[in-house]
Amino acid sequence: MTDLAAIFRNEQGIARFSISQLSSIARTVGKTLALPLAGILIFLMLWQGVANNINTSLGQFPGPVQVWEQSKGLLAEHQRERKKAAAFYQRQEDRNAKRLAKNPDAEVKIRSYTGKATFLDQVITSLYTVSFGFLIATVIAVPLGIVCGLSEKVYQSVNPIIQTFKPVSPLAWLPLVTMVVSALYVTDDPMFEKAFLTSAFTVALCCLWPTVINTTVGVTSIDRDLVNVSRVLQLPSLVHVRKIVIPSAIPMIFTGMRLSLATGWMVLIAAEMLAQNPGLGKFIWDEFQNGSSDSLGRIMVAVVTIGLIGFLLDRLMLLLQKRISWDKQAILR
Amino acid sequence: MKNPYLEISHIGIEFATDGEPFRALQDVDLSIDKGQFVSLIGHSGCGKSTVLNIIAGLYEASEGGVILEGREVDKPGPDRAVVFQNHALLPWLTVYQNVELAVKRVFRKTKNKAEMHEWIEHNLSLVHMDHALHKLPGEISGGMKQRVGIARCLAMQPKVLLMDEPFGALDALTRAHLQDSLMEIQTSLGNTVIMITHDVDEAVLLSDRIVMMTNGPAATIGEILDVNLPRPRDRLALAEDADFIHYRQQVLEFLYDKQKNPQIEKKPTDSARKLQEVACKPASSQDDAAVDTGKTTTGTDKTRAA
Ligand SMILES: Nc1ncnc2c1ncn2[C@@H]1O[C@H](COP(=O)(O)OP(=O)(O)OP(=O)(O)O)[C@@H](O)[C@H]1O
Ligand SMILES: [Mg+2]
Repeated sequence: MTDLAAIFRNEQGIARFSISQLSSIARTVGKTLALPLAGILIFLMLWQGVANNINTSLGQFPGPVQVWEQSKGLLAEHQRERKKAAAFYQRQEDRNAKRLAKNPDAEVKIRSYTGKATFLDQVITSLYTVSFGFLIATVIAVPLGIVCGLSEKVYQSVNPIIQTFKPVSPLAWLPLVTMVVSALYVTDDPMFEKAFLTSAFTVALCCLWPTVINTTVGVTSIDRDLVNVSRVLQLPSLVHVRKIVIPSAIPMIFTGMRLSLATGWMVLIAAEMLAQNPGLGKFIWDEFQNGSSDSLGRIMVAVVTIGLIGFLLDRLMLLLQKRISWDKQAILR
Repeated sequence: MKNPYLEISHIGIEFATDGEPFRALQDVDLSIDKGQFVSLIGHSGCGKSTVLNIIAGLYEASEGGVILEGREVDKPGPDRAVVFQNHALLPWLTVYQNVELAVKRVFRKTKNKAEMHEWIEHNLSLVHMDHALHKLPGEISGGMKQRVGIARCLAMQPKVLLMDEPFGALDALTRAHLQDSLMEIQTSLGNTVIMITHDVDEAVLLSDRIVMMTNGPAATIGEILDVNLPRPRDRLALAEDADFIHYRQQVLEFLYDKQKNPQIEKKPTDSARKLQEVACKPASSQDDAAVDTGKTTTGTDKTRAA
């Protein structure tokens, strides 16, 4: 009997404990979410208020409600396009199947669907382009930064070039890159489209510099004692770089890469707008030229999407850094 | 006459600065036999680390040179392992991997994998660190890190073990403990050791010879004291030992009488001197020790005066 009572008490204890724990979790979640949510809510209200009072030649400036409607519209449009494409391929296949049934030797072809690129298609194109450009930049910038950080002489000779090219706007590069790509990239069976390469190279040219500079700084600020350990051990250069230089410079390398990716994303949209290369930038420009009453709302959807993707890309880099970094305790922001 | 094992031959060094070049060392000349334990002692900034770095090959002397076993030292190498003041472990490698990095370099041609593994564990157990093989340096205490730093150097089987204030940043208890371990290891392995220290007791307890340096600039060797205390040495027994006290007294006299701390010289009175010492040397435990010995000296000065 007493045992039972004890168990009962105990269970109640456990229950009480877990309830109090739950409520504390709820409180912390509430605290971490409450402020951002409040901020967003106030922002949306202000936005709507201001939007209602701005009238343009293309109608009223879009508020959050209109943007929400337009984003649903864009999604529906995308699904319609997809269905059309599927139907188009289905028709071809049916036709080919019939032809093969009549004559097994007949040459059959499948033509690809050339419908209008939807908003989602453009988002994916942009993401793909920025990743490619960023990849090129990183592959060049990190080794270059390491060499600059290791050798004072290389740094002295490369620094003026870096400092000169760093402030150049992507729009200045764009015509040059376009011409160079058209001149040099001549193959019968192109793996990439020229427009894609132009955008990607422009992105790469602009997002090289933050990574180069931050990697250089990271490498030059390695603890002198660690360098001395390496000298005493007479580590060969490659081992020195792998075991000592890269691990100590990793945080700075990532800082540079995050800056680069953010720059690259901004640059890409501008380049796409100017060069009419496929992507989100082109979407915005087309809508602007279109000038329908929906246009501003659709552009606003693109603006918000660009922002969210930029945010997401940065978070992704942060996750990657957490995976790679040796210092699991470090607080990354 | 037989050549000495390690010969530091009339070295001097000038550092380039913005203005006039700064002469840190002038004509430092010292011969060390194999298996000897030598301490370098002197006031802060006199150039002890510079001497050690020249022997290690990390700095290049402006004049003179260092000869180890008949060969001139011209670059750093694993035959002159350095224990750095703040351990200098690679924070991204575990205790085991830190030692492994050194062992792999030094024994890459002479030991196979299993032998290396055994050798790494053996050296870590010498410093009683075999229980934390797979911890990162950030997860162990300061004293433990220093022990791993020592193990890394011992594992390289250097001809000369160079130690720059190896126990400087540790608390007194841990320091005593590590001093005992070091004495034990040195007795059994017979390493040649050069150790920089600020601690007079540590110098007398551990060394065969104590090299006392004059104040910079252009510092040089002031006096050399041979410590002929029998080994193994026991810190408790020695505390009362007349010879020990005598040796200690001699070092203190050199440091606080013949080579007054350059920062204190301008202040004549004792109280001002003490204040100055406290003010000049904040925080770290090693510096507290220096202040302590400073007080002892002023005490002995008074006894002598009386
Ligand atoms: N790389 C350098 N460039 C210029 N001056 C230097 C350099 N290294 C040391 N010095 C100068 O040489 C002198 C001796 O320095 P060192 O580090 O050898 O002193 P120390 O005796 O080890 O002092 P501490 O006990 O405080 O460690 C100092 O005056 C210091 O300023
Ligand atoms: Mg020093």
